[in-house]
Amino acid sequence: MVKKTKSLNLNFGPQHPAAHGVLRLILELDGEVVEKADPHIGLLHRGTEKLIEQKTYTQALPYFDRLDYVAPMNQEHAFALAAEKLLKIEVPIRAKYIRVIFCEIGRILSHILNVTTQALDVGALTPSLWGFEERETLMTFYERASGSRLHANYFRTGGVHQDIPLKLVDDIEKFCRSFPKIINDLEELLTDNRIFKQRNVEIGIVSKQDALDHSFSGVMLRGSGVPWDLRRSQPYEIYNELDFKIPVGKNGDCYDRYLCRMEEMRESVKIILQCIEKLPKGPVKSIDGKISPPNRDDLKQSMEALIHHFKLFTEGYRVPKGDVYTSVEAPKGEFGVYLISDGSNKPYRCKIRAPGFSHLQAMDYLIRGHMLADVPAVLGSLDIVFGEVDR
Amino acid sequence: MTEKIRKLENIINSELSSKIQNSIIQNDELLIEIGENDLLDVVQFLKSDEKCKFRQLIDIAGVDYPQEEKRFKLVYLFLSHENNYRIKLSIKFVTNQAINSITKIFPSANWMEREVFDMYGVKFKNHPDLRRILTDYGFKGHPLRKDFPLTGFNEVRYSEKDKKVIYEPVKLEQNYRNFDFESPWEGTKYLKSIKNKKEDGKKN
Repeated sequence: MVKKTKSLNLNFGPQHPAAHGVLRLILELDGEVVEKADPHIGLLHRGTEKLIEQKTYTQALPYFDRLDYVAPMNQEHAFALAAEKLLKIEVPIRAKYIRVIFCEIGRILSHILNVTTQALDVGALTPSLWGFEERETLMTFYERASGSRLHANYFRTGGVHQDIPLKLVDDIEKFCRSFPKIINDLEELLTDNRIFKQRNVEIGIVSKQDALDHSFSGVMLRGSGVPWDLRRSQPYEIYNELDFKIPVGKNGDCYDRYLCRMEEMRESVKIILQCIEKLPKGPVKSIDGKISPPNRDDLKQSMEALIHHFKLFTEGYRVPKGDVYTSVEAPKGEFGVYLISDGSNKPYRCKIRAPGFSHLQAMDYLIRGHMLADVPAVLGSLDIVFGEVDR
Repeated sequence: MTEKIRKLENIINSELSSKIQNSIIQNDELLIEIGENDLLDVVQFLKSDEKCKFRQLIDIAGVDYPQEEKRFKLVYLFLSHENNYRIKLSIKFVTNQAINSITKIFPSANWMEREVFDMYGVKFKNHPDLRRILTDYGFKGHPLRKDFPLTGFNEVRYSEKDKKVIYEPVKLEQNYRNFDFESPWEGTKYLKSIKNKKEDGKKN
């Protein structure tokens, strides 16, 4: 006689430390094996896209900090690129370098958080203590450039808001010299760690084909062995002049993704060092007075600057009619902005393509047949931040 | 880059000539407009054709044009890793028209279509699980439609009296102010466009 078993429904989250934010995951369990996972998202939905439609282009930018709040400037970058493409303006070379430096800092910020919290989810506390100290240093760099640690609002259409202080460049360089040692320390704790490997190796395996079908990007795609990085394949800014490698995984499991992230941090350090070495002098934002606001000093002297300032901060600038899709390789994957302009000073539509959205969608596929205890491990390796998933 | 896209445009136009209503190259991006009934065929072609190989669906963006007869527009963004290019596919249709779901071809379209359904109220035929995704449980209306107010209709708060979270109609201390700063004049002529025009004039 076959005994009938009833599956158990389990609510994972929305208030669960391993849910990495406000994820409500409804799991159907057969004993300890997950039969089905149904992620309920939207608990952090703020209507970013609707809000952007009501704001001028300058005012819309800060919303991008609040998407993936772990690496804010990478998001701003995508929007700035979209507006620039529509306006057909050139960004001064120094601004390009500064942007790349801060995008790579963002990548390190995000990867530190992800790797260490993933370790935390599977039982290792120390990496997060070590890693967060470095994050703190990086956020002071953010603060010194933009004035705020998290929500930078630093990139502008046509460049960046301000030039960076001289001393900051030296300090970033100093950090880049010392940081690889911290990565080594973290690797010493994790890479060969028996428990960490038991929890991650051959967990959440993604095949090449499935990674493509599920719209994966970034590390999720590279971990499965697809050599695809937008910085290399569709280079923006100055990435084609820089020398860096793209780490690619082999097995597509959580462990490979962890290794990719560690390696990417090393590459980011290399990129920052190259940028610092080459950092040219010059303006940091477009010299077109109709798009970038005038200097503070000029306001006191020049009537034209005053008018420009007034018009830019009330009306803003008008963007020519058209639609454009730009994407950047954000730490979590391809972050894209699909912008439609109707020729006015506000975007008609701004669709945000967040990498985490497609990654989380595959949760059911990833976790089916795994044990309940693997849920946090897989979720950790997906690198989910709810700011961008829910928008 | 532009040449590559032009070539792609030619290939697609010759293979699917009867289905394509219009194709535009703007800002180095190819946009193809098709009828909503041809969607499945065209998407299948883009995915499987040897010269296209658009194996990845990047996103589905809904757009609302309340003044137009065909009110809604969906833009499908595809990426081909092998050939390293992108394409945009757009369909326009009237309110209440159900659109074929492409989840059979691209499994990742599932949530994207759910999002469009949630935000615009567009219904998809043969979608495995068409529920709201981003908005609250029991939410009414479709927030990204242009006639949906920015402040919404309901707000939530914790009621000390009832000891639970309650829904109330939105009450603002001050009305939402949407200043129209746009100048009634034609707008600024950008230095660059003037320069470009001059240069063009010289060439001619």
